[in-house]
Amino acid sequence: MKNPDHITGPAGPILEYIGLERINGPLLVVQGVKGAGFDEQVEIVTPDDKIRLGRVLSISEDVAVIEVFEGTTGLNQLTARVRFLGHPFEIAVSREELLGRVFDGLGTPLDGGPTFSEGSPRDVNGLPINPVARAYPEEFIQTGISAIDGMNTLVRGQKLPIFSGSGLSHNDLAAQIVRQARLLADDEGFAVIFAAMGVRHDEAEGFRQSFEESGVLKNVAMFLNLADDPAVERLITPRIALTAAEYLAFEQGMHVLVILTDMTNYCEALREVATSKGEIPSRKGYPGYLYSDLASLYERAGRLQNRPGSVTQIPILTMPDDDITHPIPDLTGYITEGQIVLDRTLARKAIYPPINVLPSLSRLMSDGIGPGRTREDHQNIANQLYAAYAKARQIERLASIIGEEDISATDKLYLSFAKAFEQQFLKQNDDENRTINETLDLAWQLVALLPEHELTRLKPKEIKTYGTKKGSASEDAID
Amino acid sequence: MNNSPTATQLAPTESLPVVTMISGPVLKICPASALSMNELVEVGKERLLGEVISLDHDVATVQVFENTSGIRPGTKVQGLGLPLYVELGPGLIGTIFDGVQRPLQYLQHQWGDFIQRGKIGHPLDRERVWTFSPLLSAGDQVTAGSILGEVAESSIVTHRVLIPPGKEGKLELIVPAGKYTLDDVIANVKTPDGTIHGLKLFHRWPVRKTRPYAKRLIPAEPLITGQRVIDTFFPLVKGGTAAIPGGFGTGKTITQHQLTKWTDADIIVYIGCGERGNEMTGVLVDLPQLLDPRSQHPLIERTILIANTSDMPVAAREASIYTGITIAEYYRDMGYDVALMADSTSRWAEALREISGRLEEMPAEEGFPAYLASRLAAFYERAGQVETLSNKKGSVTLIGAVSPPGGDFSEPVTMHTKRFVQCFWALDKEMASARYFPAINYLQSYSGYSRKVEPWWSEQVASGWLELTEKAMQILQEDAKLQNTVKLLGEEALPDDQKRIIEGAKLLKNDFLQQSAFDAVDTYASPQKQFLLLDIILYFFDRLAEIVAVRIPLFRALELPVVVEIHRLKFTQKGDESAPFLAIRQQIDQEIETLLQQHHENSF
Ligand SMILES: Nc1ncnc2c1ncn2[C@@H]1O[C@H](COP(=O)(O)OP(=O)(O)OP(=O)(O)O)[C@@H](O)[C@H]1O
Ligand SMILES: [Mg+2]
Repeated sequence: MKNPDHITGPAGPILEYIGLERINGPLLVVQGVKGAGFDEQVEIVTPDDKIRLGRVLSISEDVAVIEVFEGTTGLNQLTARVRFLGHPFEIAVSREELLGRVFDGLGTPLDGGPTFSEGSPRDVNGLPINPVARAYPEEFIQTGISAIDGMNTLVRGQKLPIFSGSGLSHNDLAAQIVRQARLLADDEGFAVIFAAMGVRHDEAEGFRQSFEESGVLKNVAMFLNLADDPAVERLITPRIALTAAEYLAFEQGMHVLVILTDMTNYCEALREVATSKGEIPSRKGYPGYLYSDLASLYERAGRLQNRPGSVTQIPILTMPDDDITHPIPDLTGYITEGQIVLDRTLARKAIYPPINVLPSLSRLMSDGIGPGRTREDHQNIANQLYAAYAKARQIERLASIIGEEDISATDKLYLSFAKAFEQQFLKQNDDENRTINETLDLAWQLVALLPEHELTRLKPKEIKTYGTKKGSASEDAID
Repeated sequence: MNNSPTATQLAPTESLPVVTMISGPVLKICPASALSMNELVEVGKERLLGEVISLDHDVATVQVFENTSGIRPGTKVQGLGLPLYVELGPGLIGTIFDGVQRPLQYLQHQWGDFIQRGKIGHPLDRERVWTFSPLLSAGDQVTAGSILGEVAESSIVTHRVLIPPGKEGKLELIVPAGKYTLDDVIANVKTPDGTIHGLKLFHRWPVRKTRPYAKRLIPAEPLITGQRVIDTFFPLVKGGTAAIPGGFGTGKTITQHQLTKWTDADIIVYIGCGERGNEMTGVLVDLPQLLDPRSQHPLIERTILIANTSDMPVAAREASIYTGITIAEYYRDMGYDVALMADSTSRWAEALREISGRLEEMPAEEGFPAYLASRLAAFYERAGQVETLSNKKGSVTLIGAVSPPGGDFSEPVTMHTKRFVQCFWALDKEMASARYFPAINYLQSYSGYSRKVEPWWSEQVASGWLELTEKAMQILQEDAKLQNTVKLLGEEALPDDQKRIIEGAKLLKNDFLQQSAFDAVDTYASPQKQFLLLDIILYFFDRLAEIVAVRIPLFRALELPVVVEIHRLKFTQKGDESAPFLAIRQQIDQEIETLLQQHHENSF
C-alpha cells in the first residue's frame, strides 16, 4: 500500500495511494505520500468507483492530512484509493457553460447540462487584487428599497452583507434586491451568481422562482449546497462561485451580483474541520484564522481600473441568537463595507423589510451619493433621519418608564416621527420599487414632523429647497 | 553501480535544507544547522520569501510571506544570510508597498491586476535619477547619522542621505552635485579598521531592530490633528502613542485617514494591516488630490503607504508593522516628525496568533501567544521624540487602531495596548449608530499629554486654553450625570439651572465635538478655529446663567436666532479670522440683553 501507482492524467502523472492511516470526522490521514503538495486537489475513489473530492490541509514527509468535501461516511481504511492531482482545486469556466445553469456545491451540473469543459482552469482560491489596481467603488445602485437607497446606499463593487436571524425575511429581501437593482438594467451586461451553503430546498427553490419570474434566470448561475448536502463541501462552494464571478466580471466585463447564503453554515463547516484537526480555537470554538478565511472570500469583490466589470457581493448570514457580537457577524462586519441588519422587533410589527437602520451601515455611501449621483441633499437628510430615529428610540425608552403623557411636546413629536418612519419609510411591499427621488422626498416629509430647530443635520438652504411639504407625511396612505 | 550516486556525490545535496512539512504559511525545514534566527530564506524554484522564526535542533520553522499552495516536502530552501530588511532611500515617498516592502505599483505594472506569488521587484526604483547635493567633503570625519547630502525627494520632502550605522570613519570620496541613481556609489568611507565602504543613496536595515539615536527627549509639542475632540480634549504629542479601539464601523479607519490628511507631521506612514483593499485605494485616490494645509502641495508628497490587505498572506501582515516603523524611524533620523498609522494592530496580533497556533505553542489568553504583550510593548516603545545621531530633533508618533471582538474592550489586545499607550481614544458603538462622529466617547477616553501641551496652546493660540477645555469637560461630565435622571424622568423634570447644563453640553456635542470628515470645511479645524469655536459656545453658556437667574424659561434663550448662527459656525468659518466670531459674540450680547430687558419690563 505504501507504493503509489502512477497513472497518467491529462496534466501528467497522477499519484494514487491505496489505504488510509486514519479517518477522523471529515479528515483523512494518508501515510507515506511522496510528491504531493500543500493545498493540492485530491480525488478519493470509493470501492464502488465513485469519486469524492478533497484537498490537502497539511503535509509532511510522511503524512498528508486531507479534508473530504463530500464527507468520509462509507470510506474504508483499506480499500479507499487517494489520488493527488498535482494542482489546487480548479474549475474551467466559460460564459456559455455558466449562465442559466444550476450546479451542485462543487460545480457539478444538476440540470442535466454539460460539465465545464471550455475555458482554462482557474484556481478557486483566486488571487488577491493588487490595491493599486482597484477602482474605488462609487456607482450608485438603486435597489428601490428606501432603507437601503436612502440610508445605506449600495454601490457597484461593494460587499454589503445582510445580518439576519432565523426566520426573518432575508431571502425575500435579497430576492427583491436582485429583481429591482438598477445594476441589472442593461440586459446583457449583468449576471447573478447565487451560492447556497446549507440552505433548505424550499429556500433555494424560492430564489430560483423569483429569478424566473423576473426574467433574469438566463443570466443566473446557481451553485447549490443544500441543507442535506455534505457540510465540508460548503467550504468550496463560495470559492467556486466567486471564481465564476471574477471570470464574468473581469474577463467578460459583466456586472456581477453575488449572493452568498448562509455564511453561518459556511463558518460552522470551517469550525468542524478545525476541531477535527485538533486546532486551538479562539472565540466560541471558531478557529483563530476565521477572519482571514472570511476575508479571502469577501475581498473578492470590487472594481478594477483597467477592466469594465464589477463584482458586488451580498452575503447573507443568520446571527446565532440574534447576537451581533457573535464571531460570525462580528468578523464579517470587520471585513465588509457595512451591513444591513434585520430586526425581530420590527418584523413583529409586521414591517417588511425589517431593516434596523441604526446598526446598519454602508461605508461606501458617502462616495456613491450626492450631486451627479443621487441628490445634493442625500447625505444630510440621511444623517438627519439617523439622528432623529436614534433620538426617538431613546425617548421611547423614556416614555415606557414615565408614561407617554408625561414627556415633553417635542418628545411626543419624535414618537410620531418614529412611527411614521417605520410605517412609511421602512415598510414597503416586496414588489414596490421606489426611485431615489421618491425615497428622499419621503424622508423630507418625515422630518417635517419635527420642529425646525431640531433639524441640526440639515443646512438652512436645504430646508428651504426641499423642506416645503410640511405635515403632509401623516396624511399619506400607508399602503 | 555506475548509475547510482556515490556517497561523496550525495553529501553536498544532502546538507541543503529542504521542506519537511507545510501547514498554511508555516514550513518546517531540515537540516537547519546553517540557518540563523530571523534569517531570510527562499523556498523552491519560485523563490518564495520566508523568514526563520524558530530553530530547534536541526529543524527550522519558517513563516512564508506568500501563498504556500503546491509546495511539497522535499522542496529546496536557500538561506540568504541576512535578516528581513527594508531598503531606505529616496523613492519611498508616494510609493505603496506590501508588508515586506514589495512595490505594489511596480508589481501591477509588471504582472497585472492580481498579486501573483514569487513576483518581486526592488523596493526602490533603480532607474530613477535623483539630484544629489553633497553637504560634506572628502577628508571629513563622519559618524553614523551624519548627513552626507540632500535629495529633493518630493515637492514637500527633502531627503537627507545619512551615513548608516556601522559605516563611520573618514570620508575618502564624495561625488559632486549631480544626477545619480540608487546603484551609483556616491561616497567612500574608510572605517577605522581600514576597510573602504562604498555608500549609495540607499541602505538596508533589518526591520526587527530599532534604529539608533543619540537620546530620548520628553515630547511636549502637540501633534495637531485638526480634529477638535482630539486636539482639545485628548491631545497627542509629536513622539507620542495613541490607540483607537472600537467595534466595526465605529470610525477607526476614518479617524486614521483624517490624521493622515491633516496632522502637522512632516511624514506620514500609513499601514493597512489586514484591512480592506478599497480603503487603500481610497487613500491612493484622495491623497494626490488634497493639498497639505501648510505647504499647499499634494498630501501624497509626504506619505508612504503600506498595504497588506486581509486577503494577502498573513505572515507578510505580521511583518508589515515592522516594515512601517523602520521606515518611520529612518525619516525621524533625518530630523523629521513622522506619524505612523497602523490599521489595525488587532489584525497583526491575529497574524501572530495564527502563526503561533501552527507552531503548536502553548496559548495564553484567547489563543494569543504569551509573548503578545511584550511584542506590543516593543512596538509602541519604538515611538518617541529623539535627538538624532546628527543632533537634530525628530520623532515617531504611533497611532494604532484596535479592533476588539464584539467591541468588548476587555479582550487581550485592547487590554495590553492600554498599558503601553498614553492616549486612548475609545470609540463608541452607540454614538456611531446615531451617526455621531467622531464617535470618540469623551468619558472613556483619556490623554496623558493634556497638561504637557498646555504651554504650547497658551503661547501659540490663546492664554487660558487649559481652563477653557477643563470647563467644557466639566459641563460634559455633569451632563453625563444628569442624563441618568433624564433617562428615568425626562428632561422636563429638571430645574432650569440643570437644564442649562444639558443644553450647554448639547451645544458642545453638536457644534464643537461633532465633526464631519466629509464636509469640505469641517473636515479640518485649525487650532485657532478650535479655540474661537469653543470660546463662543462657552460664552453663550455663561450668559444663559443670567437668563436662568431671573427665571426666564430657558427655551426662550434657545430659540434666539443667534443659536442657529452658532450651529453654522463650524461649517462656514475656517478660523483664520476672528471677526465673524466677534460678530456672533455681539449678537449674543444683543439678543440676551433684549430678552433680559423684555423680562424686566414685563415683570413691572
Ligand atoms: N469623522 C467621521 N465623519 C463622518 N463619518 C464618519 C466619521 N467617522 C466614521 N464615519 C462613518 O462611519 C463609517 C465607518 O467608519 P470606519 O470605516 O472608519 O470604521 P472602522 O472602525 O474602521 O470599522 P472596521 O473596524 O470595520 O474597519 C464610515 O464609512 C463613515 O460612514
Ligand atoms: Mg477600519
